[in-house]
Amino acid sequence: MADVVLKNVCKIYDDNGFKAVDDFNLDIKDREFIVLVGPSGCGKSTTLRMVAGLEDISSGTISIDGTIVNDVAPKDRDIAMVFQNYALYPHMSVFDNMAFGLKLRHLPKKEIVERVQEAAEILGITELLDRRPKALSGGQRQRVAVGRAIVRKPKVFLFDEPLSNLDAKMRVQMRVEISRLHNRLGATMIYVTHDQTEAMTMGDRIVVMESGRVQQVADPMTLYNKPANKFVAGFIGMPPMNFFNGGIVSGDNGLSFKNEHVNIPIPPEWKDKIGGMAGKEAVFGIRPEDIGSTRAEEEPGMPSVSLDVEVVEPMGSETYIYSTIGNNGVVAKLDAWRNFKVGDKAELKFFMPNAHIFDGSGIALV
Amino acid sequence: MSTTNPEKKSFIGKFLSVYALHILLAAIAFTLTLPFVWMILTSLKPLKDIESSSWLPSDGRLRWENYRDVFDTENANRQIGTLQDMKFDEDGALVSAAVLRDADGLVETFNVDRKTSFYDSEGLPIEEKNLQNGIHVRMDRPAGEGVQFARFYWNSIFIASWVTFLQVITSAFAAYAFARLKWKGRDSIFMLYLATMMLPGLVMMIPNFQIMIKLGLVDTYAGLIIPSAFSAFGTFLMRQFMLTIPSSLDEAAEIDGANKWQTFWNVILPLARPGLITLTIFTFMGNYNSFFWPLVMLRTTAKYTLPIGMLFFDSSRGQSTHLLMAAITMSVVPMVLVFVLMQKQMVKGIALGAVKG
Repeated sequence: MADVVLKNVCKIYDDNGFKAVDDFNLDIKDREFIVLVGPSGCGKSTTLRMVAGLEDISSGTISIDGTIVNDVAPKDRDIAMVFQNYALYPHMSVFDNMAFGLKLRHLPKKEIVERVQEAAEILGITELLDRRPKALSGGQRQRVAVGRAIVRKPKVFLFDEPLSNLDAKMRVQMRVEISRLHNRLGATMIYVTHDQTEAMTMGDRIVVMESGRVQQVADPMTLYNKPANKFVAGFIGMPPMNFFNGGIVSGDNGLSFKNEHVNIPIPPEWKDKIGGMAGKEAVFGIRPEDIGSTRAEEEPGMPSVSLDVEVVEPMGSETYIYSTIGNNGVVAKLDAWRNFKVGDKAELKFFMPNAHIFDGSGIALV
Repeated sequence: MSTTNPEKKSFIGKFLSVYALHILLAAIAFTLTLPFVWMILTSLKPLKDIESSSWLPSDGRLRWENYRDVFDTENANRQIGTLQDMKFDEDGALVSAAVLRDADGLVETFNVDRKTSFYDSEGLPIEEKNLQNGIHVRMDRPAGEGVQFARFYWNSIFIASWVTFLQVITSAFAAYAFARLKWKGRDSIFMLYLATMMLPGLVMMIPNFQIMIKLGLVDTYAGLIIPSAFSAFGTFLMRQFMLTIPSSLDEAAEIDGANKWQTFWNVILPLARPGLITLTIFTFMGNYNSFFWPLVMLRTTAKYTLPIGMLFFDSSRGQSTHLLMAAITMSVVPMVLVFVLMQKQMVKGIALGAVKG
């Protein structure tokens, strides 16, 4: 098992000069489960493919287990990769798919059989070994693809959006299985996804990327509670954080965030961080569960807003209500017992300790 | 009306789409099959019925022996009967004669050359000056000068098999390089390669022939095989096929530890099987049927291919249309076999299931 270090890694495509990955730095520890997450085209897959050796590195270095691998062929990097479309060899049986890499490495036949059997047992696909990929369901194919990776016992596992072709239920199931596998194998894993739920649930640490740049690297809860900027705040969390554009004004009662429709007094303890912002543009952010929550209603001195309920989405355990304030859509995640209907007026309080303020360029201040 | 009676409408729709289509297809199939039926029936007729309008022999007996006679060079070159209709050139040399055959009572006319010999009923040679119309003769043309149908058969299959084997292999190699490998100038070179398809074959015939003379390959099997071992069309066909194989399979193989050759041999080639089979059929048929290049290249009768060998059944040695038809029927058999055996494979899309789906 091994650590993976990426130093100042850039990827610029020769043909159009497009900078897909820009100065990527990351120190992945041995046995860590790292998730790269971001919208499509953010460079996360490209980064993974550079670690795999499928893409050249334009500048910077990647090292695995202390060895710089920039010019090492994929097969000599001791990695295994699971592809989005599974990439199983359609003309080979499940057994042969899993054994292919071992055969190429000239392992003794007996060991190949043992390893494939072992992996098949771990993944519960023993009875499928004679089948062709065509005769498997999506989930089974994905298991075979994972099996093909684990028989090799590599230092590093790479996953490129492995669950995005599965249906929602299967995805949740495989998510848990991969996490379990990580615990069992104790291997270093790098996992790419565009799905923030997958990132949050699976990663020891998460790397949020946008436009080829790393936005923030942190464990899931830090990422959720202390996003470094507006992009991360908006990307992580479902439903996403509510944002209001406006400015910081200094008044008789201290600082407040203000636009045409809202006026939110800023807690005095934030003064150190916000003080210099008076008179400047800012963005106020608050997560749906911090609007109208029990906490917000019970805490004294919380500001409130009045919302026209436009859409109600009952989720069972909670209910989402959608509204608009000025140009900004608002979602609130309420306890299910709060029985709002479309057309109702809802007077809801903001839980300010969990609110966020970003400056004009999107950097988080609180 | 149609909305009130949907069942009727659907019946008419079904009739049009299913039955009418089948009737049309059957009519086309019938039209296309007719010449083959005529060919086979004609191959079973005696010579005297060839030009009759009847589909079957006038006496109703199918002449299966025609098929034997195609192979039987000895008999095909030997005529026993009454000499007739002798023709001489200005120098008084015999140039052609007819024989009223004992066997079937038909008159066959033959060109006579130095190698033709005449024998009397005792088997003794008759000198040319003693020949006259009305005598009973046995006329022989030495074996080796006549039809060696089995030999032509073998030549055709041998040459077509080699060409097919080489062309499919080289096309697959080239296609892999053009479709799956990344190298500078790849697409420009591919365009250049494709451009050679624009040149008509006949234009290249003379330069090719000159090259073959220089290489000393005229009148050899190699001279027929080597120029056809590479094909821009085959490369194009295989490249297009290989482009449909998802590139993640190459990448998976690369990570599994396969080098380019192993990726080609273990992953891409098996997946390109339908393409390989299509190309095999095209190449084999094209080469097996090719006429002009072998005609230009070959001098020795023993090396002739079937299409050239067929020329022996033209009327230069007297009419033998029934044997020609039998010969053609037999020459078609390998084609039909190749097609029937491989057609299923051609249709089968093995690439399905490679990725999600």
